Amino acid sequence: MNSRKASRFLRLWQVLILAGVFVFWQVATDPELLPPIYFDNPNKAAFFFGQPLEVLARVWVWFSSGSIYGHLWVTLLETVLAFVIGTASGLGVGLWLALSPTAAALLDPYIKAMNAMPRVILAPIFGVWFGLGMASKVALGVTLVFFIVFFNVYQGVREVSHTVLANARMLGAGERQLLRHVYIPSATSWVFASLHNSVGLAFVGAVVGEYLGSSEGVGYLILQAEGTFDINSVFAGILVLTAFALVLDWLVTLAERRLMVWQPRSGETERI
Amino acid sequence: MQVSAPALALERITVTFVSPVGASATARFTAVKDATLMVRPGEFVSVVGPTGCGKSTLLNIAAGLLEPSAGEVRVFGERLAGLNRNAGYLFQTEALLPWRTALGNVTAGLEFRGVARAEAGRRAEAWLQRVGLRGHGHRYPHQLSGGMRKRVALAQTLILDPQIILMDEPFSALDIQTRQLMENELLELWSVDRKSVVFITHDLEEAISLSDRVVVFSAGPASHPIGEFEIDLPRPRDVAEIRLSPRFVELHTKIWQAMKQEVLKGYEQQKSQ
Repeated sequence: MNSRKASRFLRLWQVLILAGVFVFWQVATDPELLPPIYFDNPNKAAFFFGQPLEVLARVWVWFSSGSIYGHLWVTLLETVLAFVIGTASGLGVGLWLALSPTAAALLDPYIKAMNAMPRVILAPIFGVWFGLGMASKVALGVTLVFFIVFFNVYQGVREVSHTVLANARMLGAGERQLLRHVYIPSATSWVFASLHNSVGLAFVGAVVGEYLGSSEGVGYLILQAEGTFDINSVFAGILVLTAFALVLDWLVTLAERRLMVWQPRSGETERI
Repeated sequence: MQVSAPALALERITVTFVSPVGASATARFTAVKDATLMVRPGEFVSVVGPTGCGKSTLLNIAAGLLEPSAGEVRVFGERLAGLNRNAGYLFQTEALLPWRTALGNVTAGLEFRGVARAEAGRRAEAWLQRVGLRGHGHRYPHQLSGGMRKRVALAQTLILDPQIILMDEPFSALDIQTRQLMENELLELWSVDRKSVVFITHDLEEAISLSDRVVVFSAGPASHPIGEFEIDLPRPRDVAEIRLSPRFVELHTKIWQAMKQEVLKGYEQQKSQ
């Protein structure tokens, strides 16, 4: 079996698993298909777990009526802002601390403490500081993203090969050139390793922030639905969020492929 | 610059490394003790010695990457402070910038020195051609073989036209055939405009076939030179053929006699560690 065939085969099975889960879900929650096993009322299963057909119908209504676009836009904008601000500041602070040992030694306990702190708990405070609009969600996302990127950059700079560094010095690189031509490229590869994580966390920041207090966004939609025990809408919201998280992740992969051409991928051969 | 001054003079160099062990104690390790080495302009000098005898340390001192604990480095008669700007360094391990293409690596030094990009590119292309890598400029280091990477490193260093070339077992990671090819190419490049070379190796045959002079170092710690041998083999040489000449064998025997004790000592030390 050649590799293309194998990957198609794999894809087929992945789709089948998804379909299987949905079918099981539908059958298990249908009031008439199966006799009630656990609940005394046949409609209870559907009430607590929702039904996939209903969920998909809800998603369809959201998109066809256009009512979700505003919320989605808000959530995605919060995510992207948190991601960009968190990554940029993590990169900057990481480079700074990695290159000035005194500052790093001085701030070390505070950084450890801030990283150890469950930062989601900051959401209510950010709500007070920045209001219930987008800013508080972005702030929460930034605190989540910042540390991931920061630690990776810090590590990346410290693990720059001594030989490469010495070589660049011998070739005449000054401090600024070392930063630009050695430290930053090296740190970038570490940042990219963390980008998948940080995109996910930026998303978490946005949605959790919305969930804790907002007037728009997909997190707000989910909160509203939960308030009226509309489990189908909750699941529909989760489904939409998951789909967009996957899209963001895919975009990061694309960017990574373009920018990291210099990195060896395992088993890479050249096509002629 | 004095005319008679050696290109590179290491005068009574001692290097002691200090590393903390525990809270208050420090461990001291003297890698090189009282080592003196002179290299004349245009001379190819090899430094041989058992592994771990501080040869690389000595080279880092000459490059200015490391400061000696005692002693002085003079470059063309002038005292060295900071990096040795007259020297090019060919490292033992991978030293290319992995995020730059072969061409980008060769132009790096020129760019650092502020040469315009187009001009740097043109000169780098010429150098890639000289080291036999024409048409490979767009490749990244991981896409090149070990030998090709060494060639890029060679071009990267030589394009800057250093007066002194420091080489730290540059070919030790290559297979024997590639290695001999590279050695011949090195001699060819060197013979065009004879720069001073300090070539570190643990391979005595390599040292003899390349050099004008071979300096033998004792086993570490506190390594120091224990013998110097002029190599009066005619040039141009072919490193593969010259190994068969009677004079080569004679020199090899003589130097090996001096080295043998030290190699055994080094071996025993490594075993007992």
